[in-house]
Amino acid sequence: MPGPVISYGPFQEGTPVSSTSPSHLHLAVALDGTGWHPASWREQAARPHELFTAAHWIDQVAEAERGLLDFVTFEDGLGLQSSHRFQPDDRTDQVRGRLDAVLIAARVAPLTRHIGLVPTAVVTHTEPFHISKAIATLDHVSTGRAGLRVQITARPNEADHFGRRTIARVDDYDGPVVRELFDEAADYVEVVRRLWDSWEDDAEIRDVATGRFIDRDKLHYIDFEGPHFNVKGPSITPRPPQGQPPVTALAHQSVPYRLVARQADIGYVTPHDAEQARAIVAEIRSEQEAAGRAGELLHVFGDLVVLLDDEQSAAEDRRARLDTLAGEPYESDARIFAGTPAQLADLLQELAEAGLSGFRLRPAVTGHDLPAISRRLVPELQRRGAFRTAYEADTLRGLLGLARPANRYATATA
Amino acid sequence: MSSKPLKQIHLAAHFPGVNNTTVWSDPKAGSHIEFASFAHFARTAERARFDFLFLAEGLRLREQGGKIYDLDVVGRPDTFTVLAALAAVTDHLGLTGTINSTFNEPYEVARQFASLDHLSGGRSAWNVVTSWDAFTGENFRRGGFLPQDERYSRAKEFLATANELFDSWHGDEILADQATGTFLSDAKAGSFVHRGQHFDIHGRFNVPRSPQGRPVIFQAGDSEEGREFAASSADAIFSRYATLEAGQAFYRDVKNRLAKYGRRHDQLLILPAASFVLGDTDEEAEELAKEVRRQQVSGATAIKHLEFVWNRDLSSYDPDGPLPDVDPVVSEDHISRGRAQVRMYRDPLATAREWRELAAANRWSIRDLVIETGNRQTFVGSPATVARTIDDFVQSDVSDGFILVPHITPGGLDDFADTVVPLLQERGVFRTEYEGPTLRHHLGLAHPDHEARDERAAS
Repeated sequence: MPGPVISYGPFQEGTPVSSTSPSHLHLAVALDGTGWHPASWREQAARPHELFTAAHWIDQVAEAERGLLDFVTFEDGLGLQSSHRFQPDDRTDQVRGRLDAVLIAARVAPLTRHIGLVPTAVVTHTEPFHISKAIATLDHVSTGRAGLRVQITARPNEADHFGRRTIARVDDYDGPVVRELFDEAADYVEVVRRLWDSWEDDAEIRDVATGRFIDRDKLHYIDFEGPHFNVKGPSITPRPPQGQPPVTALAHQSVPYRLVARQADIGYVTPHDAEQARAIVAEIRSEQEAAGRAGELLHVFGDLVVLLDDEQSAAEDRRARLDTLAGEPYESDARIFAGTPAQLADLLQELAEAGLSGFRLRPAVTGHDLPAISRRLVPELQRRGAFRTAYEADTLRGLLGLARPANRYATATA
Repeated sequence: MSSKPLKQIHLAAHFPGVNNTTVWSDPKAGSHIEFASFAHFARTAERARFDFLFLAEGLRLREQGGKIYDLDVVGRPDTFTVLAALAAVTDHLGLTGTINSTFNEPYEVARQFASLDHLSGGRSAWNVVTSWDAFTGENFRRGGFLPQDERYSRAKEFLATANELFDSWHGDEILADQATGTFLSDAKAGSFVHRGQHFDIHGRFNVPRSPQGRPVIFQAGDSEEGREFAASSADAIFSRYATLEAGQAFYRDVKNRLAKYGRRHDQLLILPAASFVLGDTDEEAEELAKEVRRQQVSGATAIKHLEFVWNRDLSSYDPDGPLPDVDPVVSEDHISRGRAQVRMYRDPLATAREWRELAAANRWSIRDLVIETGNRQTFVGSPATVARTIDDFVQSDVSDGFILVPHITPGGLDDFADTVVPLLQERGVFRTEYEGPTLRHHLGLAHPDHEARDERAAS
């Protein structure tokens, strides 16, 4: 009776997802403008005039793919960059302005083949319905390489860009205002995930005999109700090839650790040494157990800012030069590493011993430090047997060792 | 016809939509979701030197009788995301997305269109649509917050606000002077304040001026308010009038509204949707067109279509049998939700009466009737006939061109590109090469900065 069924051949549930070796590290690169150091745009390698062109991003992602990296993330925000955490500034000596991260990821997707593409979405003022279908579509256009990095914003000036609610001024990420924003983020991810499952994989039946394009019993209302929004569903976009594209979040404290433990596939954390790494991983694992996800694979990646040169002194000199150009030493939530690829490989392996399964490296100057990652660090890790020598999977979940998940709405008999 | 110079024709390609124009049951019909379908369709349009590709959007799956409508294509990708991906597989083709002004906010939509414009090198266009229904609102934070009579007021203010955001950068702020360390020439770049009935926002926009300044603006509504909105604010109209007389009347009506907004006739293009069926000969095309209309209306679709008018469950009727004896239910509650079509039948009792008489006189079954009273394809014939008709229509001011709606995904445009386009090029009314990089170039629209300069110079 049924007509031709659209099948996602390579993505069937239960198939072995990857040959990822447990001794292998996962490596991602965080792309942001010309790099993470505020003076990065002044380096010759930076090409700041191309910052708002597609070519800028295509080159960077191609370089990351050359290094066989798991994925790249794209930073984003609903206001101009600022040197202050919670307020705008009016500086003119740093990069200001950016393009929408989801659209950058989509623009590079058809030009890459293996690397995962993980744009940032701000979840505070946006619609979970829109983001869910956008990431599902990114997964369709990249045939299974999309992910999502969620981020809240507690900046009152960004709330003013929307004019729908005021956000009380905060000075740190530890009070009730931020706690509520993270609760909303958890609901947001829940809605996004339910919408991804709101179509079963075989909902499209094209049954000419009965004239039915879909089996509507395989589409599901998600009926989410919460304090911040109600969402009915189903999505307008069929289930993405990966089923559930990986969801990721950066976390520095207990509240965001809980979000990671409840809703994410990867948490990015910022330990400055192995001891801190061990403590953070222990806290996330305990939250993970409390959330009833004890058996699930949840990656904890360390974030590091990196300045890489073949000589340690060259990296340190470069850092000093950039700090001088910026007029002040660069400070970061993450540890700043300046040294050789071999020294960085040592550090990554030490942190991995402490329980981190991968790293998201933030190149200080993308034009310099990204090629240093793909052409120097990666071969060093490969020599140590700590990194893949070829892409071993077609999807981002596959690269991360995550099985394709069953659909929460599918009945067991199907 | 007068001796005025030949108008150049504008052509665009509408990706087949989630309605029964699209024939998914044909063996040639491919995926509506996989990117390969979109890439094939876009590359065909670019190979044929079309002005742009057009994507429609609906933010809730349609329902009929309280159930998700399952007889047409269901499901589509996110508009912005797929257009950004298409920018990677095309070089010149304009990328037009339908984006709702009710269930979005100006800051976000403006940054998405400005980003798309940067990432495509100046090829973005926005078809501004409105909705008000609580049905769609159930998928969004604010629910069905907007009274029906405020939808155009919100849409107008939404567009005006988005324009303020696009214009908040002038294009000369990014110095990126590595030697002096000055990235921005203006510490207030992107500043905006908008205080209005629907939006009260201020701050700084975070996407610098894009190649086209603003996306090209399309409008698709047909109401009095929609026409005024288009005449005051749009660059092009996606209209529904593709026949000779109705097209000419609409064209006159809308172009005549431009003067009161201080705009010239060539500042608003009229581009109706048009379907087509080609054959080696006109007779063969007519036969094929008949077949396609039958494919478009299965027995099940015919019953559902009758339900739009009858506004009641008719699932017990045989599509190959006679029309129902029972009368339509006249009610504000309609059996169909999530589609615009239901408003076409203003007096269902009269329509039912008329259809029963037609069916009886011609011995039509339900399915025959729905096929016969449905829309005929706009252009049916050999490539020569279709090329001549399109040219005649444009030269006699039915429109400035057409947005073609093929019925097969993704190959439904291939024959048109291969056979009709060369004939239009021979007639000297369609480009053989793109003359500029941006969609504004293709459409003959000035860059908003130049337009502003022209106006200042003229005043």
